[in-house]
Amino acid sequence: MTVIQKKSESMNPVAHLSAEEIETIGVELDAIRQSILDTRGESDAVYIRKVIDAQRKLELASRTLLLASVFPPAWVLGTAGLSVAKIIENMEIGHNVMHGQWDWMRDPKIHSTTWEWDNASPSDQWKHSHNELHHTYTNVIGKDNDLGYGIMRVDEDQRWIPMYLAQPVWNFINACFFEYGIAAYDLELGKNLASEKRRQSPEFKARYQQTLRKIRAQATKDYVVHPLLSLPTGSFLPTVAANFTANVVRNLWTHSVIMCGHFPEGVETFERSSIEGETRGDWYLRQMLGSANISGSQAMHFMTGNLSHQIEHHLFPDLPSNRYAEIAPQVQDVFQRYGLSYHVAPLPQQVASAWHKVVRLSLPNDFLSQTTVKNAPQQLKLLWAMTTKGPKVRRAAQARLSQQARRARTAAAAA
Amino acid sequence: MTSVALMRTSGGPAAPRSLSLRDRLVRLAEAAVTPMVPADVLDIFDPLRSGADLRGRIVSVTAETDDSASIVILPGKDWAGHVPGQYLRVGVDVDGVRLWRTYSLTHGPRADRCVSITVKAIPDGKVSNHLVRHAQVGQLLHLGQAEGDFVLGDPMPDRLLLVTAGSGVTPVIGMLRNLFSKAAPVATDIVLLHSALSRSEVIFGEELRRYAAEGRLRLVELHTDTDGMLDVADLDEIVPDLEGRTTFACGPVGLLDALEAHHTERGLPLHIERFRSAVLPDAGDGQGGSVTFTTSGITVEGDGSTPILDAAEAGGVLMPSGCRMGVCFGCVLPLREGVVRDLRNGEITVAAPGDGVAIQTCISAAAGACHIDH
Repeated sequence: MTVIQKKSESMNPVAHLSAEEIETIGVELDAIRQSILDTRGESDAVYIRKVIDAQRKLELASRTLLLASVFPPAWVLGTAGLSVAKIIENMEIGHNVMHGQWDWMRDPKIHSTTWEWDNASPSDQWKHSHNELHHTYTNVIGKDNDLGYGIMRVDEDQRWIPMYLAQPVWNFINACFFEYGIAAYDLELGKNLASEKRRQSPEFKARYQQTLRKIRAQATKDYVVHPLLSLPTGSFLPTVAANFTANVVRNLWTHSVIMCGHFPEGVETFERSSIEGETRGDWYLRQMLGSANISGSQAMHFMTGNLSHQIEHHLFPDLPSNRYAEIAPQVQDVFQRYGLSYHVAPLPQQVASAWHKVVRLSLPNDFLSQTTVKNAPQQLKLLWAMTTKGPKVRRAAQARLSQQARRARTAAAAA
Repeated sequence: MTSVALMRTSGGPAAPRSLSLRDRLVRLAEAAVTPMVPADVLDIFDPLRSGADLRGRIVSVTAETDDSASIVILPGKDWAGHVPGQYLRVGVDVDGVRLWRTYSLTHGPRADRCVSITVKAIPDGKVSNHLVRHAQVGQLLHLGQAEGDFVLGDPMPDRLLLVTAGSGVTPVIGMLRNLFSKAAPVATDIVLLHSALSRSEVIFGEELRRYAAEGRLRLVELHTDTDGMLDVADLDEIVPDLEGRTTFACGPVGLLDALEAHHTERGLPLHIERFRSAVLPDAGDGQGGSVTFTTSGITVEGDGSTPILDAAEAGGVLMPSGCRMGVCFGCVLPLREGVVRDLRNGEITVAAPGDGVAIQTCISAAAGACHIDH
């Protein structure tokens, strides 16, 4: 996807909207938000307390089963339960509590300022990079770290270099160990390790130590304490394996859900300059264009922490997650009336779409679209040349690819 | 002193080792449940246990009048006891929001460890109406320990005058019940002057009249619908031996102020209990207020349309901040006391000490004097 500002008039999805219309969208969305605030109350509080209570009981029961995980049925049930418990803790509870969605209850135990989650990244660092950077600067290239986590090519406008060929592999590794990936980019490791000055800054050192402490505590719990508690039944190693599996399952799941939020094809990205002097309406519009939803069952919505309602979540990050489903039709109606596309598809389709984009952008622009079974050998030769022969060849080859693609598009349009 | 106490509870010379074993077990439990704390897990099963945040379970709810009810609560194991006349803070989830109020304890210490409060539903009172009309047996409440020095003391004065109005009778009934529950006869001469809207509005009316009939006290009831408001100038007429009495009074501010002036002038001993007003301060006019930061001691003027965050930064306070548009919750700070208005939709938030209110400073403007813990 090309950043929205570089699109031609016909391709720009907001070219048809006047500044007044954009502000009206803002007013309509504010009204939707207010309707939830006005009815927020007892039943919502009951909901989150029930979820927290059930999650804790599930985790406790699963960990109890794992005390005897040397027996395969106990291992399978315990691992499955623990995986689900960790997913719920991170998604429907932790993520949403840390967004301040439940601050209105004034319960100090369910509050954005006190919640610590079952994840490698300390909650206050995560809140900074997620709530502040990602949610405020959603999909703004260079500002929003969630766009490729600083290690991937996420946009045609980023120049292709051979390193990106490996990005599907990195993305998969990042998915498996996602919690550490999150911790690393909450620390802004790439930026902070780059210079001696940044490495030595007391602020960075303190945050780094804090993250190490959190990781140590998490790992001690999963890989030392619980395995030791399982020792009497001879279940030390099975419990280690169970915790590892549950962490990886949670990581793969959360990574997939989060990829679906902003990565599927059709989701827009923005230039840094575009957000200067942004109005409330502009901000809402950017959130509308920069997010995608997942359709599916109630259970699926719940397991994604209602991030399946990514569009609603990005418009109203502080509304209780259990209410997103209710406002989704109203939000979709706003999209329709203002001629904007509301991206929604089932989970497998959105995951595939996001992965397709990762693969497509790992290759030079227009490479994938210009490759067929017939010309595959030639194309591969071209890719080999672009990978091994330096920037000059790369530029020339890229020019040819782009020209071919333009011609193909013109031909298609003529036909 | 401390070491003696430790020795006694932990049983002699083995104490240091068993203590460290306990510490080690606590540390193990912490390591096993992190990032939760062991209390989070234990609370699922026993929210009233020793060591938990103080809570209580409602044992019974009994109507006293049409708009008041007595609620008996079994407090958690860490309840430290109370003296009749004291009050406690009660945190109730009303429409999902935890709201705190203070109520007088209406019994002395009881054999069943329970405490009781009597609540009068005041118009628009969220908490009082909830407690009187919707409190359920079995419901959990959040509690504070007993507080207050409105107590009879030891030794008791020989002659007492108790002046109460409306729900002001609640701390006094606690004193009376405690006195009359003792086996020894009460030597003190007691006059209770109680003012209420009408005879049927008298909370504990039957009980008080029974005490009077049994000769335990002299009861003077004033029903304002027929008798008018209590005028302190009439006190000498109602209580001819006023001079020799120690007065305990609880009721509306006007009555207490008048009593205070009257007794100070005459040099008479007086103890009063003022209830905290739960009525919303006037905040509808868009006026701002001063904002004091309790840690730094800096005070800035916040007008009704400037976010507290901006006003504070302009005044030299180093503030936590983030998106500056109400999205990221990076600027949330505890509002110890005060009134703020949400600049996005005009919603008013009121906080009193102990309410545990936190606000987003980037979208909140002062709507009255505010104290922020930062």
